Amino acid sequence: MQGNRACCEGALAAGCDFFGGYPITPSTEIAEMMALKLPKAGGTFIQMEDEIASMGAIIGASWTGARSMTATSGPGFSLMMENIGYAVMTETPCVVVNIQRGGPSTGQPTMSAQGDMMQCRFGPHGDVATIAVVPSTVQEMYELTAKAFNLADRFRVPTFVMSDETIGHMREKIVIPEKVDIVPRKPLLKGKLPFEADEDGVPGFAEFGRGHRVHVTGLTHDERGYPDTTDPEVHEKLVKRLYNKVESKRHEIADYDAVNTDAETVFITYGPCSRTVRQVLHDHPDECIGHLNLRIVWPFPEETLKIFANAKTFIVPELNLGQMVREIARHTTGEEVLSMPKIGGHIHTPAELYAAVEARK
Amino acid sequence: MTTRVFEKWYREDRLPHIFCTGCGNGTVMNCAIKAVEEMHWEIDDTIFVSGIGCSSRAPGYMSTDSLHTTHGRALTFATGVKMANPDLNVVVFTGDGDASAIGGNHFIHACRRNIDMTVICMNNMIYGMTGGQGSPCTPVGKISTTTPYGATEPVFDLAELAVAAGANHVARWTSYHTKELTRAIETGLATEGLSFIEAMVQCPTAYGRRNKFRKATDQVEWMRTHAILLQKVRRLEEEGKPIPEEHFAVGEFVHRQRPAMGVRR
Repeated sequence: MQGNRACCEGALAAGCDFFGGYPITPSTEIAEMMALKLPKAGGTFIQMEDEIASMGAIIGASWTGARSMTATSGPGFSLMMENIGYAVMTETPCVVVNIQRGGPSTGQPTMSAQGDMMQCRFGPHGDVATIAVVPSTVQEMYELTAKAFNLADRFRVPTFVMSDETIGHMREKIVIPEKVDIVPRKPLLKGKLPFEADEDGVPGFAEFGRGHRVHVTGLTHDERGYPDTTDPEVHEKLVKRLYNKVESKRHEIADYDAVNTDAETVFITYGPCSRTVRQVLHDHPDECIGHLNLRIVWPFPEETLKIFANAKTFIVPELNLGQMVREIARHTTGEEVLSMPKIGGHIHTPAELYAAVEARK
Repeated sequence: MTTRVFEKWYREDRLPHIFCTGCGNGTVMNCAIKAVEEMHWEIDDTIFVSGIGCSSRAPGYMSTDSLHTTHGRALTFATGVKMANPDLNVVVFTGDGDASAIGGNHFIHACRRNIDMTVICMNNMIYGMTGGQGSPCTPVGKISTTTPYGATEPVFDLAELAVAAGANHVARWTSYHTKELTRAIETGLATEGLSFIEAMVQCPTAYGRRNKFRKATDQVEWMRTHAILLQKVRRLEEEGKPIPEEHFAVGEFVHRQRPAMGVRR
């Protein structure tokens, strides 16, 4: 099955019932598949006039209780930033799939890249915290897309599937589970205000049309949802809560594989680069080469670095000029951090990566 | 217009509102509420959606579920709400800048899709919230903070735009014509497909005081005397006679039954 199709299948299995999108290479198969499958599954597919509109539509749909989603690539992702910020501020659950291609600008529409990793973290204006999953196989594309819906609903944040052209267009055998866990959105309980958080920092959801009479605004608002744009305390309390409800749970949200945890040289990868590292480990089974494959990169699971207690060097191959490596370096305690950037559309070869290990001997 | 019967539609705990003294937006809100009441819509089945600007603050004062969105994008959010749950009644409040400048593309596509919702545009011919910059609806020669020597660009005719783009019901009235405006909105609410109601409103703070309207009522009086019934405009056109300067057409521009999207199942 193709990666982009696995994304659709995972979404449908997770109960996705609204898709708003706009065609863009290399993500278009997702919209095409949703156009084919969603109406038959009782959901709604709508092709919007641009990606700004797609993002607006999935937020609107989400407030009616829909599990909503869009899919795009770099140029569309840039357009979505405005309303992604709105979704953060209004705590609207939604899933945004970015099948990354070479940028900046129109760049390389058909080539693979991971250049949007910082954009998905810091793209909207203001302080935000969101969640990003990254699949390294078609199987993970299915599972992580489904998981993204649960994370979006649980934390009430836009959740990104930060895949890329390689995984999106790859065909691999996958095993479709009989059932995907669906954790529904926590509803607003009687007596609670619509933006009054529970202990976990997340308020119950006041779905439209259920008599909650909720006012939703991107302006700084109080627990009633009413705008209060000049009181510093109201703003600080709100934005810190929106930030901490995700960041404080990063350990719990973390999803990764750690291999050869006593290694001195450790690769840290996400997405297609993880495949190359797996090949290196496969080709050199007698050498103790560590590997941390991150399935969730934001919130960054900084605690996972400590798993490699003997690590002297972290090597970070990425399909960009070095983005996540900065975050990794920020959390290391004296270990060498080696960036292995690569752009242009091709992934690293196993030989390239192994050469970096040899150089450390 | 008496307001007491409509109290249930407003959030009293949100008062006082932010509109300036003499603003026409409240009049349009009352007309909209009266129309909704005439339709016997329920508060809990009705969603008011808006973008950014003075007009877009309206849903914040309504006691329904309401969605105050990003600048120009209200129609995209409203599209998502209505397509995901056609059982909800959706009304969008927008302004001339919100609908025709930053949201122009969304506006024409919402009309083209003919999604079953009513869009009420409070056209004050200016960006009021940001202090009076020229909009695509600021008439040629008029003064704003970004057209200090007089606006030079031709204006958008929003009603004609909505007709051309495919909306099922299009009307224009003013904050002076409250009965006609209410009726037009009510017809809009009852019409399947997209209804676009343009309500010309006075803006004494950002527009009027820069353009020789000393009082809010002066601009209301100007609207009364410069509004020409659409039928008369058409007749003048047929006779090859000019439309008097600075006058504008009011009335029902179109009422039709093109196929609509997002219709209640």
